[in-house]
Amino acid sequence: MGATLKDAAVIAGTGQTAFAKRLPESERALACRAIVAALDDAGIAAAEVDAFASYTMEETDEVEVAKAIGAGDVTFFAKAGYGGGGSCATVAHLAAAIATGQARVGVAWRSRKRGSGPRPWRNTAVQLPTPAQWTRPFGLLRPADEIGVLARRYMHEYGATRDHFFNVALACRNRANQNPAAIMYDRPLTREMYMTSRWISEPLCLFDNCLETDGALACVVVAAERARDLRHRPVYVHSVAQGLPAQHHGMVNYWTDDPLTGPAWTAARQLWKQADFGPADVDVAQIYDAFTPLIPLSLEGYGFCGRGEGAAFTEGGALEIGGRLPLNTAGGGLSEAYVHGFNLITEGVRQLRGTSTAQVPDAATCLVTAGEGVPTSALLLRS
Amino acid sequence: MSTSMRPTTDNGPQRAPDQGEDPADALLLPVPDDDGAPFWEYAARRELRVQACAACGELRFPPRPCCPHCRSFDHRWRRMSGRGRIWSYVVPHPPLLPAYAAQAPYTVVVVELADAPRIRLAGNLVAAPDAALNSVDPGRVRIGAAVKVAFHEQAPGVTVPRWLLERP
Repeated sequence: MGATLKDAAVIAGTGQTAFAKRLPESERALACRAIVAALDDAGIAAAEVDAFASYTMEETDEVEVAKAIGAGDVTFFAKAGYGGGGSCATVAHLAAAIATGQARVGVAWRSRKRGSGPRPWRNTAVQLPTPAQWTRPFGLLRPADEIGVLARRYMHEYGATRDHFFNVALACRNRANQNPAAIMYDRPLTREMYMTSRWISEPLCLFDNCLETDGALACVVVAAERARDLRHRPVYVHSVAQGLPAQHHGMVNYWTDDPLTGPAWTAARQLWKQADFGPADVDVAQIYDAFTPLIPLSLEGYGFCGRGEGAAFTEGGALEIGGRLPLNTAGGGLSEAYVHGFNLITEGVRQLRGTSTAQVPDAATCLVTAGEGVPTSALLLRS
Repeated sequence: MSTSMRPTTDNGPQRAPDQGEDPADALLLPVPDDDGAPFWEYAARRELRVQACAACGELRFPPRPCCPHCRSFDHRWRRMSGRGRIWSYVVPHPPLLPAYAAQAPYTVVVVELADAPRIRLAGNLVAAPDAALNSVDPGRVRIGAAVKVAFHEQAPGVTVPRWLLERP
């Protein structure tokens, strides 16, 4: 076997802005604030930054960000596709660039004003990266409608119920209630609230949907050799993967032999193949939660349980602190902030530094995933 | 809806010009690509046809330039019986685009074709070919229910397949 990325790079710093329904500053300003904060956290000067990675649906670009923060000569820049499916790919691309000598200090970021700005699905002049002619005329307009079809089929095939989806929403909300930075910090969720809330797209109700948020986050990636110079305990990028399954169709994945086997399965095979440990050794997971059903589907895909067992896995407090797999410990996209999954990366770093507001005791390994249902990516982090 | 959200390019979704006061408030019409155009041309003739490889015979959907099984670029459009079963469905509620919000909640089904169960088509389940999107009570919809195709002229010259319950 040739070169490996295993533990070759570390996440040296993270930064974020406040999260809110509406922030006054531009996406560009928010991006710069998050990146400057991440560099401060790492103790690395902006002039040392020579690599950038972002993912699509990002409105700020390298040129604007680099000149604003005072980056040096940049020798690597990459943009991963498929919106929320690309969050973890940014770290993967920076780790690869650093491990192969293309750059030394990488910055990945996400800035988004979806709380106060327009919803992408309302823009009828732009074709989203889906085969829209086969779905949108019939009123499958929003991601919630597209995923709702898969969720209904999943419930039908495996006996999953709304209570299982509630287990996911509740775990995320409980963690947000511990996290002062979370949008839902002071708003507990009850089963009655969940069961009586309005429908968005049956079988998905309001609380099955993530929060549209204004905010920005960033992280800094450097070579592992530099770890001892850092301000904080380094978090190693142990394994990385992207996943585009054979015959996959994106969020409207209705046309494969088995639509419930999504990109998580493809990413997981590559992720575990490169890793020194397996699903049973994961102490805490940050799993992309734009919609609650993505969690049982991802639990199956990443190998925490068997096919069709993801819903049952959520029972008995399994996703809570002290459970089998504490989930989205800052509140996730459902209850901290929906910033296309980047807050899952930064929370993974906090867990492995031991600084989460819902700390899993002695957490040493963390899975972070990007959007399921679209071509995806994932990271295994370790302390 | 603001004018800035109206299509400004040739490849933006087209809308029926004579539905409602503001054309931006009409249901979205399909925007065919080169591969999909024949499907809509056959639909306008009230025929449900699916792309099939001319070399190995495999059906494929959505249409694409090349057969993923044998790499042949030759294809033909095979006519389907128009019968199928509901594979899954969803019932959207507002917020939605205005024309959809006006008929919500409505049922969108994904139908697996009786002739080729691995070919699935999204569409609306309605009580009659030209009925409203919300003409079937969502409480009556079941996965596995038998359906048959119907055709609805959604705008002059633009026909879309719809689905009727075999046993309403």
